[in-house]
Amino acid sequence: MSIKEIQDEIVDEFSMFDDWMQRYEYIIELGKSLPLIDEKYKTDDNIIKGCQSKVWVHAEQHDGNVVFTADSDAILTKGIIAILVRAFSNQSPKAILEANTDFIDAIGLKEHLSPTRANGLVSMIKGIKMYALAFQAKG
Amino acid sequence: MFDVQKVRAQFPILSQTVNGKPLVYFDNGATAQKPQVVIDAISKYYSEINANIHRGVHTLSQLATDAYEVSRNTIQTHLNAKYPHEIIFTSGTTQGINLVANGFAAIVKSGDEVMVSALEHHSNIVPWQFLCEKTGAKLVVIPMNDKGELILSEYERLLSDKTKIVAVNHISNALGTVNPVKYIIAKAHKVGAAVLIDGAQATPHLRPDVQDLDCDFYVFSGHKVCGPTGVGILYGKESWLNQLPPYMGGGEMIKEVTFEKTTYADLPHKFEAGTPNIAGGIVLGTAIDYLNEIGFDNIAKYEQELLDYGTKRLLEIEGITIYGTGENKASVISFNIEGIHPYDIGTIIDKLGVAVRTGHHCAQPIMNYFNIPGTIRASFAFYNTKEEIDIFVEAVKKAQLMLS
Repeated sequence: MSIKEIQDEIVDEFSMFDDWMQRYEYIIELGKSLPLIDEKYKTDDNIIKGCQSKVWVHAEQHDGNVVFTADSDAILTKGIIAILVRAFSNQSPKAILEANTDFIDAIGLKEHLSPTRANGLVSMIKGIKMYALAFQAKG
Repeated sequence: MFDVQKVRAQFPILSQTVNGKPLVYFDNGATAQKPQVVIDAISKYYSEINANIHRGVHTLSQLATDAYEVSRNTIQTHLNAKYPHEIIFTSGTTQGINLVANGFAAIVKSGDEVMVSALEHHSNIVPWQFLCEKTGAKLVVIPMNDKGELILSEYERLLSDKTKIVAVNHISNALGTVNPVKYIIAKAHKVGAAVLIDGAQATPHLRPDVQDLDCDFYVFSGHKVCGPTGVGILYGKESWLNQLPPYMGGGEMIKEVTFEKTTYADLPHKFEAGTPNIAGGIVLGTAIDYLNEIGFDNIAKYEQELLDYGTKRLLEIEGITIYGTGENKASVISFNIEGIHPYDIGTIIDKLGVAVRTGHHCAQPIMNYFNIPGTIRASFAFYNTKEEIDIFVEAVKKAQLMLS
């Protein structure tokens, strides 16, 4: 599936919820199902800066695609990074760099995009794109 | 007679809804809300007397200057300073501390010691680190105990004739501990050290008497005492302010300027270069008058009730740890719930209309002491109520249920 298709799928899932509580409960569920980063990659170098909670993201390349694993010490942040990993993992560096993040707005998490939010969603997206850029540069 | 409902009616923001719920504002430690008289005074200044001060001969400039100086006198009286020129307008607590720390570069020598406490906000640590880097002085830290109280025996042991200045807060922003500053000041003076008190968290709750405390400097921010942002006060003893070099060069702070030499203006103007935050300065006086009308005795008594009630209600929650359990505390409760990140709780209760602060509260050394990433901090003001505490506690319980 393309990034766009996965994003549409996520938007579909979130459209089933009537209120913020259900949305947040789902984010918490997603957080619990996040493919966890190998403990050895939970280093200070892999911490995404700009988050009130700690977020670690690690990326590897498999068959040309970038595979992300991540973790956070806060469960909501973990849920949000899980959404991003689902949308962007296993895609080519080019596709990741070209993808937009409008779906965040569509799933009712727009408030998390504001630069004043301490959860650092913007920093996470930037981190993911930086990895993609690095792999693209490597060829 | 203190009537909280009457008081609340004076704060337009408090009747708002947030995320569809009535706002419960418990982030007063970060900034206080503004009563209508403060909001009106800002509008009145710009509508009626806006002009630059201390310069013009025209009527508006005179009116604005008079209002600014009346505010200085109000603050002098409020702090019980000896002279109005001991009151310096700043942009806030941070600038006040930087001004003094910068000035002390002319006094402190290599090998001297500068003392702060384990309870300080970053803004009462970093400027002193700058000073130490510049001069080769050593930064010494007064340690605290598990209750979040300074260990006074250690403080006395650390003091020596090398100590040139001691900078401590009156009340800790992260834990709410009220420090025995009068005692700290007296001990420092015995070894000839000056003392700066960071009153940012204290001034919303009590009325400091700088002559009784005998502090050399006292700094605070306007926005935490129901005044505007971008204005604050540095009180300094006249002798100290005369001794310190100016902090910023520019207009207003000079007596005479030639390209060969400039002589500085007298106090307080020596430290007030450039066009200040005139509206902010004037309206800070309005805010102080407002608080004095309510009365700090009333405020202290009522906030103590809120603190006791809030602590009791929060302790109902399973797995809660409250940080800062000293005898003498302001209406601040810093806590965590076992197994849950403070950020998660803060986010969920925000959705329920409750505003608190989460994180390290710009006091990372305290978080490191307790080995935690941060806390949830509820800080109450005199316009908060027990009913709001109930809503808050229920919100935290709901968050706990969702997050465990």
